[in-house]
Amino acid sequence: MAANLNRIPMREQDPEVRRRNFDEVALGYTLEEAVEEAKRCLQCKKPMCVEGCPVNVRIPQFIAAVVEGNIEEAFRIIRQTNNLPAICGRVCPQETQCEQRCVLGKRGEPVAIGRLERFVADYCMEKGVDDEVDIKPNGKKVAIVGAGPAGLTAAADLAKLGYDVTIFEAFHEPGGVLIYGIPEFRLPKALVKKEIEGLKKLGVKILTNVVVGKSITIDELLEEGYKAVFIGSGAGLPKFMGIPGENLNGVYSANEFLTRINLMKAYDFPNSHTPIKRGKKIAVVGGGNVAMDAARSALRLGAEEVHIVYRRSEAEMPARLEEIHHAKEEGVIFDVLTNPVEILGQDGWVKGLKCIRMELGEPDESGRRRPIPVEGSEFIMDVDIVIIAIGTSPNPLIASTTPGLAVQKWGGIIVDEETGATSKDRVYAGGDAVTGAATVILAMGAGKKAAKAIHERLSKE
Amino acid sequence: MYKILRKEKLAPAIWLMKVEAPFVARRAMPGQFIILRVKEEGERIPLTIADYDRQQGWVTIIFQEVGLTTRLLAQLNEGDSILDFVGPLGRASELDGLKRVLCIGGGVGVAPLYPQIKYLWEKGTSVDVIIGARSKEYLILEEEIRGICDNLYITTDDGSYGRKGFVSDVLKELLDQGNQYDEVIAIGPLIMMKVVSEITKQYGVHTVVSMNPIMVDGTGMCGGCRVTVGGEVRYACVDGPDFDGHLVDFDEAMRRQRMYREEEQHICKLMEKEGL
Repeated sequence: MAANLNRIPMREQDPEVRRRNFDEVALGYTLEEAVEEAKRCLQCKKPMCVEGCPVNVRIPQFIAAVVEGNIEEAFRIIRQTNNLPAICGRVCPQETQCEQRCVLGKRGEPVAIGRLERFVADYCMEKGVDDEVDIKPNGKKVAIVGAGPAGLTAAADLAKLGYDVTIFEAFHEPGGVLIYGIPEFRLPKALVKKEIEGLKKLGVKILTNVVVGKSITIDELLEEGYKAVFIGSGAGLPKFMGIPGENLNGVYSANEFLTRINLMKAYDFPNSHTPIKRGKKIAVVGGGNVAMDAARSALRLGAEEVHIVYRRSEAEMPARLEEIHHAKEEGVIFDVLTNPVEILGQDGWVKGLKCIRMELGEPDESGRRRPIPVEGSEFIMDVDIVIIAIGTSPNPLIASTTPGLAVQKWGGIIVDEETGATSKDRVYAGGDAVTGAATVILAMGAGKKAAKAIHERLSKE
Repeated sequence: MYKILRKEKLAPAIWLMKVEAPFVARRAMPGQFIILRVKEEGERIPLTIADYDRQQGWVTIIFQEVGLTTRLLAQLNEGDSILDFVGPLGRASELDGLKRVLCIGGGVGVAPLYPQIKYLWEKGTSVDVIIGARSKEYLILEEEIRGICDNLYITTDDGSYGRKGFVSDVLKELLDQGNQYDEVIAIGPLIMMKVVSEITKQYGVHTVVSMNPIMVDGTGMCGGCRVTVGGEVRYACVDGPDFDGHLVDFDEAMRRQRMYREEEQHICKLMEKEGL
């Protein structure tokens, strides 16, 4: 056994070039590179990688098809359990899921499962390969709230099972966080649109500009003949720090900053009519993927200097290593063990960010070492835009208009973890609306589980 | 697409549009708003609902041409469609249980006030109304409101119609005369709502104002519409748009309203060059 310990590298745009454009950073494998990488797979009898995948993609099987050069077969295998492979291949945290379990990872680099998934999906999308699904309509209507990763996944699974599925989306465009949150340079929007087109081919109807909880309630949907409702309404109100100066002009939540850029295309102002403050020196507060997205987007808008300000050390950052790496390559400055205490203003506009240095103490309830302020270490960062990326709390619109729907104190909808069933009959939920801010793939996994449970429930009727 | 069923010019640069939007109309209540987008590259802007008919599935918006989006909107005609139109957003005004109310509207703010007056009047509430405008030609909805209130007071800044002066002058007089109101509802420019709230605070009259800050999604996602109320951060889209006028930080709201003024002027100039 002489498996190559190193994976085939994936080509990327040069950091010096890409830091000023919104084109995709990672360029993907060629067919030859993909086959080479696929050959590294040991085809384990008990594949641990599959267990690490929230939607249990049959990983060894699709990789075997790639080795044989049968990419369309690989695509069909992936699509059996994953409806959005081109997206997952790009934004899943494989290093903590499938790839973390890969036995090759014990001695060298694990198989690049995510890159292979992406290759297969891109290759087949390019060729216009459709999966051949034989749908037998059963006439039962199911409503899905929110066209994000959770909702799209549940919709696809249910449509394939023959349900008459309608998605209700609040925005003018479907996709949820895939459209408004994750930037073009990580996930091209054209690709998301293609995946959604595929869903429409399965017969899924998408009604945009309908806010469930406002335009129509969950109870009204049930009265109108929907046999079940899945709530995948996603993240809600952005969290702020509660420090002075957060309402100064020039302070954004990451949600607003990214939505203006991604959904509303403010980077193309004035061709696109939505404005955004570009700023010269920018501080992004937070250490997650959203903070990295905001920081890298700010660079691409032309900022001279972009800082990530994070109160713990880099080891505790929740962002994917790859995102941290890419941000650093592009020139984002990391100010770790640094906590903002006040946003300073002049004539109502951001003028600086007052911070205090931190040091790590004993582990806290999250298991990470607790950051403690270093007395007297305050200093002022000279910035003109501050972006707060410290998380969100669930959207209150549905909980407040749905009697009988139990929610956590912090607002998350309470569900049975295995089925997504809520406290309300025929109503299921999943994704960030349940967990608070998490990942695309976890939301997809929740959509899948709920689709299965809805099918079990409705097929008895 | 949302079809424009009727378009009417109410005053210079102030338009009324009746729009086919069954999903908005079916649950619309006074005080709520919509968000619209005129074209593919367009911005999302919030506008308060001025009237609605649930059965027929339409809502009315009244807007003044101020920025690019409202100018583009004004170029659409009857039979044309608005690309995106979503709502009803925000909380409905709390109008039940009131016995006597004073409604104050300034400029185009009279439009969102109208459904509230109508609702109060239909509930048998006693309603006095003050409406004001720059001059006679800018005054809107006078006839519609005249029939659904006890007393209607009109002011114009230049005295070309009604009383010369501001709505706040009449407010002060009414309160000085000993009129008792359960609530004052004020909708109009921020500065007007600020002045009204300062006066009513002195007299201890509960006052509700309708905030219309910059928004993107309008559903509690972006946080752009934050308003400081009683020292706490509130979101106009999900907590409002109505807030206690005695607690709102109007100076902050006015400053935040100006955030994109430069960009707005820039894009309007560009479009004028292109013949808008």
